[in-house]
Amino acid sequence: MTDYSYTLLIPLIPFVVFVITGLFGMKWKPIVSGVMGTAGLAISFVLSLLAGYQYFFASAVESYPTIIPFNWLWLSLTDTLQIQMGVLLDPISVMMLVVVTTISLMVHIYSLGYMKGEKGFERFYAFLSLFTFSMLGLVLSTNIFEMFVFYELVGACSYLLIGFYYEKPSAIAAMKKAFIVTRFADLGFLIGILILSFYTNTFDFEKLTQPGSDIYHNIAGLSFMGISALSWAMGLVFAGAAGKSAMFPFHIWLPDAMEGPTPVSALIHAATMVVAGVFTVARLFPVYYFHTPDVLIFIGYVGGFTSLFAAVIAITQYDIKRILAYSTLSQIGYMMVGLGVSGYGGEAGLGYMAGMFHLFTHAMFKALLFLTAGAIIHAVHSNYMQDMGGLRKYLPITHITFLAAALAISGIPPFAGFFSKDEILAAAYHSNKLLFYTEYITAGITSFYIFRLYFGVFWGKNRKYEHKPHEAPLNMTIPLIFLALASTFVGFIPFHNLISPDLKPFATESEPVLITASVLIGLLGIAGAWVLYKKENDMPEKIANWLGGLYTTTYHKFYIDEIYMFITKKILFNLVARPIAWFDRHIVDGTMMGIGAMTVAVSDKIKRFQSGEMQQYAFVYVAGAILFVLTFLYYFAG
Amino acid sequence: MNILSLFVVVPVLTVIAILFTGGLKGTRIVAAIGMGVQLLLAAWLMYYYLSLKGTGDLHEMILVSDYNWFPTLNIHYTVGVDGISASLIALTAMVIFAGVFASWGMEYLPREFFITLILLATGVFGFFISLDLFTLFLFYELAVIPMYLLIGIWGSGPKEMAAMKLTLMLMGGSALLLVGLLGLYFYSAPDGGSYTFNLLELSKVHMPYEAQRFFFPLTFVGFGVLGALFPFHTWSPDGHASAPTAVSMLHAGVLMKLGAYGCFRVAIFLMPEAATEMAWIFIILTSISVVYGAFGAIMQKDLKYINAYSSVSHVGLILFALLMMNKTAIDGAILQMISHGLMTALFFALIGMIYGRTHTRDITKMGGLLKVIPFLGVMYIIGGFASLGLPGFSGFVAEMIIFFGAFQHQDLFHRVATILVASSIVITAVYILRVIGLFLQGPIKNEEHLKLEDAKWHEKLSTITLMVGIIGIGVLPLWLSDTIMGSLQPIVDKLAVYLH
Repeated sequence: MTDYSYTLLIPLIPFVVFVITGLFGMKWKPIVSGVMGTAGLAISFVLSLLAGYQYFFASAVESYPTIIPFNWLWLSLTDTLQIQMGVLLDPISVMMLVVVTTISLMVHIYSLGYMKGEKGFERFYAFLSLFTFSMLGLVLSTNIFEMFVFYELVGACSYLLIGFYYEKPSAIAAMKKAFIVTRFADLGFLIGILILSFYTNTFDFEKLTQPGSDIYHNIAGLSFMGISALSWAMGLVFAGAAGKSAMFPFHIWLPDAMEGPTPVSALIHAATMVVAGVFTVARLFPVYYFHTPDVLIFIGYVGGFTSLFAAVIAITQYDIKRILAYSTLSQIGYMMVGLGVSGYGGEAGLGYMAGMFHLFTHAMFKALLFLTAGAIIHAVHSNYMQDMGGLRKYLPITHITFLAAALAISGIPPFAGFFSKDEILAAAYHSNKLLFYTEYITAGITSFYIFRLYFGVFWGKNRKYEHKPHEAPLNMTIPLIFLALASTFVGFIPFHNLISPDLKPFATESEPVLITASVLIGLLGIAGAWVLYKKENDMPEKIANWLGGLYTTTYHKFYIDEIYMFITKKILFNLVARPIAWFDRHIVDGTMMGIGAMTVAVSDKIKRFQSGEMQQYAFVYVAGAILFVLTFLYYFAG
Repeated sequence: MNILSLFVVVPVLTVIAILFTGGLKGTRIVAAIGMGVQLLLAAWLMYYYLSLKGTGDLHEMILVSDYNWFPTLNIHYTVGVDGISASLIALTAMVIFAGVFASWGMEYLPREFFITLILLATGVFGFFISLDLFTLFLFYELAVIPMYLLIGIWGSGPKEMAAMKLTLMLMGGSALLLVGLLGLYFYSAPDGGSYTFNLLELSKVHMPYEAQRFFFPLTFVGFGVLGALFPFHTWSPDGHASAPTAVSMLHAGVLMKLGAYGCFRVAIFLMPEAATEMAWIFIILTSISVVYGAFGAIMQKDLKYINAYSSVSHVGLILFALLMMNKTAIDGAILQMISHGLMTALFFALIGMIYGRTHTRDITKMGGLLKVIPFLGVMYIIGGFASLGLPGFSGFVAEMIIFFGAFQHQDLFHRVATILVASSIVITAVYILRVIGLFLQGPIKNEEHLKLEDAKWHEKLSTITLMVGIIGIGVLPLWLSDTIMGSLQPIVDKLAVYLH
């Protein structure tokens, strides 16, 4: 038995780095914080690779074990219900360790160049470390409460990083939005945990996900509004996951999250935060599959809808980071579909495996897309496609690496996205045709919008640039090259030998018809983009005009943001909060003041008696005495 | 002399020492030393309690001592502490210590100010060590009355009005309370024998249900007024807004907890049947407090008003949890008392320090202050995170325990109330982030503010003291929670007899 206790260091090192740079970073030269953060993460990265190697490859196994090398009692709620903080290793958490540390390390290295000279450089690195720590803690959680704790921390870190430029009003709005939307979703998560833990009396994933365990007998048969209590609980937990993963209708925070520096976007979109929701569903997959299949297929539909919806919006946007943000929504939707259509055991677990596989490959190419976008923005000083064109001559490395990522996301073999996306489509094909066709069409749209971006930026019209764009420095291009290689080759990793819902390796068969079909639609999308955007022409505009309202609606992202604004600003602020404030001042306090005023008024009447006039005193005295005597006589004589 | 009495004696000695010193410099040093000693004493008490329990001591109260000071009515000076009161004493010691350093620059009548402030603290310490209800009531009044002077003389804005409103409303509460306490007293000897105010003896007597039904609401509301129970909370925004910094800190941080502690130790503990019977009324009121306070805070512009409404919400949560009457929820309530005490004291301290620089508390007139006063700004943001219940800070621990405790009730009424109350975590996030976004972030709105100086050493000491407590509990909650749970066990056992 291998000793895995060193895995505790993987999240702990970034945390210690955060504390040190957070407390003393201001006093040092900024670069010290940067180097310290990067070095710390490099250690975590090496340890993660070691853990991955030991866990998956060091010994051949029938079934991967679930290992808890460390578990520490944090709080006991009741005599039987306790909260632990620990480390849990199983195939998906080990895989996530590798993903998170790889992407985070690349982002750390890249930011040394990208953020150079920025005010708050040390703050940036402190938050990056904290963010990485939170995400590592999340994937290593041994129980659902620990996961909730890290959910909150991840949310707070994203708040801090999205609002890195805190003097910009748009950044302030974006940071608040990200926090409050995900907090609202987390409320659902919390209520889900409350229900789940009350009836099962445990938080532990090991107990919850044990197939055929009897901990659910207390909750069986309970229902509320026609839906079983367990479905409520798991549905609410999914609400939390949907918030983090920016599934419709909680997706609104993610496109705005690009207000943060670009490396942060890469981190949020590829490895931390948004994949947290997918990971949560995967973590609880046996519960969904065995106990609440209704919720599981709901997850699939939410994912399917979001992926199509976001892909359509991505076509019409011009801000390159915004296009990538909608692309993330769409790809996360794919992962959810994979999980939603999956079965359990043997080949039936294909969807689950494919979802996690796509998470892995997506992390590589999406991080790459964002980092190249950063390099482009760095070179052109603009976010907008209209300001770009013909950049392939100026930015050769960025160009080639971007192309690798674009081919990967379009699902063109042999790039990584091809394998994972194809398997999701295969899994959907065998279990849910509606979701299959949705995702199939989305695949075509995906390759179209990403190549619209590619051609628009690197080909299209040759522009005159005020400053001649130049390639990024070495510490920015090395991560790009590394990730481009990963995006090209990680597809060959035999994931079905590593990850499955029942922890047992299984065999997959390739289906030539499906493969051909999925490559074809990818190529079709690319061809469409080639025709419309390779050389500047007026066709896109004509099509937009022809679509009219449909185009405008899509361009405005289906007005979802406006609907949210209406609900929060108009209804919650103006119709709830303001009236409450008024009610409190005027009615509640008014009543209290009224009582006070009444006593004053009464005492005002009484004080006239003390007028200082002798006759009046005498009168009152005599009248009182007579009254007293009369009363006395009445009672005792009568 | 009994060691617990030192908690009253040290402040009194400090007051006497201040009488013989003059000027701001001497006064504040004496006050700091006195309250420093008090803090060490509280730390020692906590340590002593934990080590005693570690050896398997089973007494409900420790360090008990008794002196019959008014034999005619059998009124005693009885002191003793358990884990709950010991931790609240520690809270009080931290807040008053931080309060002294937050008032370091009090130039107007410094001697009188520190004397009154420490007298107030004396009342609070006396309250927490007392086991005799009459003595407890005396200390309670001792804590409330200096408040009038402190706000009326050293306050700001419409201070006389605010001071009067606060005092009158709290006095109104006291009047109800006194009736309730007398009720407990006159029913304390059902088999003849002498009446008693002793808490432990009262808990062994079974008060007739009819009497409980009459006296429970009086006592609960009487204490509840101090705990800002809806609709008796309106003294809080005005009072806090006008009070000087240290008084706001002490008042919101500790005095409001006196109310909650009384609701628990006296009203619920001694009249459990009526408490069970009538809990639903107060659950509704406290649920309103929680959500209403949070919504009330959303639209405010004055930093102190925001924090006052936030306190209404957070203290409402304490009362809500107490009414759930199970071990987990009450444990959460007491943790919330400590947690909220530290957080709100931190907020009021920071607000005072910021006001001292900008001379305004209107958040729409400030902006971008984080850049100018990074220490205070960062502290405010961390405090905000703690207040909105982020893990790693005490607020999260307390709130979670409360929610899990409240969820132990299976009926729809309790479930709905719990979920409603839990939704406040979102509303809290809204108003906290709004405030931060308006006055700390964004562009500078007032050029004058560019010249502001960041925190001085005493301000740092004051805020860091409180922050250490907030993070300490947030990261390592188990020891404190277990201490409180241990002391709750006999109480919950007693309650269980009367609850079905």
